[in-house]
Amino acid sequence: MRLLVAGLGAAAALTLPLWLQSPYHVHVVIMAGIFTILACSLNLLLGYAGQLSLGHAAFFGIGAYTSALLTLRLQWPFLAGLVAAAAASGLAGWGIGRLAFKVRGAYFVLVTISFAGVISLVSVNWMELTNGPLGLPGVPAAELFGVSFRTKSAYYYLVLAGAALAVLVCRRLVRSRTGRAFLALRENEPLAESVGIDAVHYLAVAAVTSAALAGMAGSLYAHYTRLVSPEVFLFTYTVTMVIMVVAGGKGTLAGPVVGAVLFTALPEALREVVAWQWQMVLYGVVLILLVFFLPRGIVPAVGAALRARMAPRAGEPRLEPGARSPLP
Amino acid sequence: MTLAVRDLAVRFGGVEALGGVTFEVRPDTITSLIGPNGAGKTTAFNAITGYLRPTRGTVSWDGQAIAGLRPSQIAARGVVRTFQKTSVFPSLAVLDNVLIGLHLRGRAGWASVLLGRGWVRREERALAAEAEALIEFVGLAARRRDVAGALPYGEQRLVELAVALAARPRILLLDEPAAGMTAPEKEAVSRLIRKIREQGVTVFVVEHDMRLVMGISDTVIVLNGGRVIAEGPPSRVQADPEVVRAYLGSTGGAPRGPAPGRC
Repeated sequence: MRLLVAGLGAAAALTLPLWLQSPYHVHVVIMAGIFTILACSLNLLLGYAGQLSLGHAAFFGIGAYTSALLTLRLQWPFLAGLVAAAAASGLAGWGIGRLAFKVRGAYFVLVTISFAGVISLVSVNWMELTNGPLGLPGVPAAELFGVSFRTKSAYYYLVLAGAALAVLVCRRLVRSRTGRAFLALRENEPLAESVGIDAVHYLAVAAVTSAALAGMAGSLYAHYTRLVSPEVFLFTYTVTMVIMVVAGGKGTLAGPVVGAVLFTALPEALREVVAWQWQMVLYGVVLILLVFFLPRGIVPAVGAALRARMAPRAGEPRLEPGARSPLP
Repeated sequence: MTLAVRDLAVRFGGVEALGGVTFEVRPDTITSLIGPNGAGKTTAFNAITGYLRPTRGTVSWDGQAIAGLRPSQIAARGVVRTFQKTSVFPSLAVLDNVLIGLHLRGRAGWASVLLGRGWVRREERALAAEAEALIEFVGLAARRRDVAGALPYGEQRLVELAVALAARPRILLLDEPAAGMTAPEKEAVSRLIRKIREQGVTVFVVEHDMRLVMGISDTVIVLNGGRVIAEGPPSRVQADPEVVRAYLGSTGGAPRGPAPGRC
């Protein structure tokens, strides 16, 4: 059953450009792919390590600018730009992690917001480097081993590979000793420390991996739009990522993917069926309904429903509270 | 390997929670730390395991100073503790709780994990087998797939014990392991503590239940008002007049028998 779904999904993903007639639809799908990487990246921190980064657009933007500047000014090849973008964002993530995880929770949120604000200001004001609000036009098209990804449908496959890599990285990490350390810190930090899990180290690992993935997404975005401007640092991007992770199901592997595809496609689908004034209103309504009825997210809810259907008894909560053990 | 505490003091603002205590926990013993509420027992545990920075004094384990290290570093040296308030990874299955406890037994870093190295998979299998064995040891085999936070209180305490044991302690510090348990559950915990010591782990217990303490301990250390007032085998400590005074005021018997649970 799982394999069948996965196989159908893979087949659909691989043949998608053939089904979509309009370049506009391909564009939406490419953006969904880029947001899949971003949502997976945020999910590592928010869903697994339990720390909310509200500055994730900064890592996305650093990746976009790094890749754009290196390929544009220094004529680096695309792949080198992509790797450098992930490295630069990862480095920023390490710095932020080291600084912010000395104080966790709400303070981490504040530090990430401020960091994004500062980086955004730098991008607007450091004219010599970033060309200020005008941005950097003419970012070279992506080219890998002599193959050009200039067309939308070709670029789609590049983004698909990037998204697959992001999902693979998250999958391997969360099912390992490292991923269990993330979960332990989310669940109960003093207990995690008591069995030898170094909180600062593992939160830094989570921050670096998460930031590096966001940087990769930034690079893919830069070489797709071919223009990088300070709008990559917009707070809206961060909010969109948070919505995708939370609505899809934080702390699950499939959640951010489902959330990213759904919440990239939804505004566009709504645009086609209702007048533009109502588009964002409906988007808001859908979001509120989701949070209200599926507070843990779409993927956990669907998973629970499937389990309940396949094994009605097993799905029921265990009905033997501590008969032997009255609370003190 | 001896845990040696010298002149350990902890001060919160103007309050002296621990006023310079000195004691030793000898290897392969079950040693209990008792005393009335507020005597400084949990404070001593917290200072030994790195959750509190002592105001003065030293803690040495196997001849090495450990005071001032982070809790995770202290755990890595084989000094592992449990908590007074029930403490599990609540939304994870019992098996995953114990797998997390096995953290120090694994070697896989994030780089080898990302590269999907073969030995990482073998290590995972070995850890899983070890986790199953520990769950069996504490008697929770039937609950291995259940979410820890949904278990009854007594069983959550057993999960805690399995998690702590998974960290391969050479000395295990148990903070009120039997608090709030029924009599049969307390029996089970006593048996487990003895079994743990038989495995070559030194056990250091803070506990209020005198029957349990006097039944399992080789040495009992009595704290009162942040100071050690008596130390020795259970029979001697029970007869110590100062201990009697600390527990029951100036008249009355020793802390004995089906005890004044929390006095």
